[in-house]
Amino acid sequence: MFVRRTLPLLVSAVFGVALILQFFVPHPASKNFYNMMLDWLIIVSAFTYLIAVQSTVELHFTKIKRKVEGWQYSIIVLIALFVTAFLGVFGGAFMPTTLWMKIFPSVKPSDTTPLMYTYLYMQMPMQSTIFSLLAFYMASAAFRSFRARSFDATLLLITAGIVTLGRVPLGEFIYKGLPDVVEWILKYPNMAAQRGILIGVQLGIIATSIKIILGIEGKYLGGGK
Amino acid sequence: MAISTNFWIWIAALLTLAIYSFLYKDNPFYKFAEYLLVGISIGYGISIYWHNTIITKVYNPLVYDKNFLVLIPLLLGLLMFSRFFKNVSYLSRIPIAFVVGAGTGLSVPSSFEFLFKQIYATMPLKLDIGSLIIVVGVISTLVYFFFSLEHKGFVGKVSKVGITFIMVAFGAAFGYTIMARVSLFIGRIQFLLSDWLGIIK
Repeated sequence: MFVRRTLPLLVSAVFGVALILQFFVPHPASKNFYNMMLDWLIIVSAFTYLIAVQSTVELHFTKIKRKVEGWQYSIIVLIALFVTAFLGVFGGAFMPTTLWMKIFPSVKPSDTTPLMYTYLYMQMPMQSTIFSLLAFYMASAAFRSFRARSFDATLLLITAGIVTLGRVPLGEFIYKGLPDVVEWILKYPNMAAQRGILIGVQLGIIATSIKIILGIEGKYLGGGK
Repeated sequence: MAISTNFWIWIAALLTLAIYSFLYKDNPFYKFAEYLLVGISIGYGISIYWHNTIITKVYNPLVYDKNFLVLIPLLLGLLMFSRFFKNVSYLSRIPIAFVVGAGTGLSVPSSFEFLFKQIYATMPLKLDIGSLIIVVGVISTLVYFFFSLEHKGFVGKVSKVGITFIMVAFGAAFGYTIMARVSLFIGRIQFLLSDWLGIIK
């Protein structure tokens, strides 16, 4: 029971309190502790990423094994994953590794790595294309859902229209003062609501954090004993 | 300008077209590009974690600086894998507790700092319409999200003002998102017509 539940709660409480206290200690040792904790968090998070990778690989292997509909696409995921990871780990991320330069003597340290080629010419174009696809779907979704059925919906529709038009030359062509209207909307009513939401979010974060540190909130440990 | 002869530009262009083919309907070309993106993104993440975390923050300090303290997060990270062994799977709760605990410890002071900055910025420095709109907007938005009191009478009226402000903010956010997507679309079309086909300069 101690290792299963009490120890994890103690770990989160100790590190939580320690990191809150270090904020109020203006000593270099406190700053070093803060930097060390950040590094530790990054290291442990890297392993959580590996767990996510394992889960994805297992899912696609199972799909291939059971020959579920569209299993051929799972082969593409796995090949792309392993080839990119192999190129990245052995070829280097932002500059070629010494091992890569030994295998390919023509490669210079200033050369683009194979990982960067896949990033610049495959991942980035595909990502931005998928996001740009949303321009079409957002327009049609807005048409269906934003019909001015109530005062609030009308307000949302009008604001979205003004902000969209006010940011392009066409808006200025229709009414010269439109960019100023957009500026005013963003600076006052938009800022007020955003600030209200952000204050609410921060209060929520503080309340949940304190509950976690005190051990009141323990759902992150999962179910079971 | 002539059509590109660069192999990588062709790859990027064909993948862009494969994704845009979804505008007609779901098809194997789109699916191929979609699954390829998933695989490449995960592989890219592994590579970045390998170089920026495992090599930079674990291997180098351990081997060159003899900093044995990094063995602690390394051990915590390895404990994550205990979840694959049923009889010791509970050990994976320790690294999770560390991440959650340290994360909350980091977020409490920064949240307070952020909170006070926002409250300070809301206080009117001079009496004008803008400052009044901000004070009324912030308070009414907070009242709208305050569920400990029933939204009736005065509270109901204030929360009604709050939802008006929220709708304006959502409308502005929506307008901005549309513009961002359209700008991405223009970027892709420019890439196809300029970098790939060489039709425009």
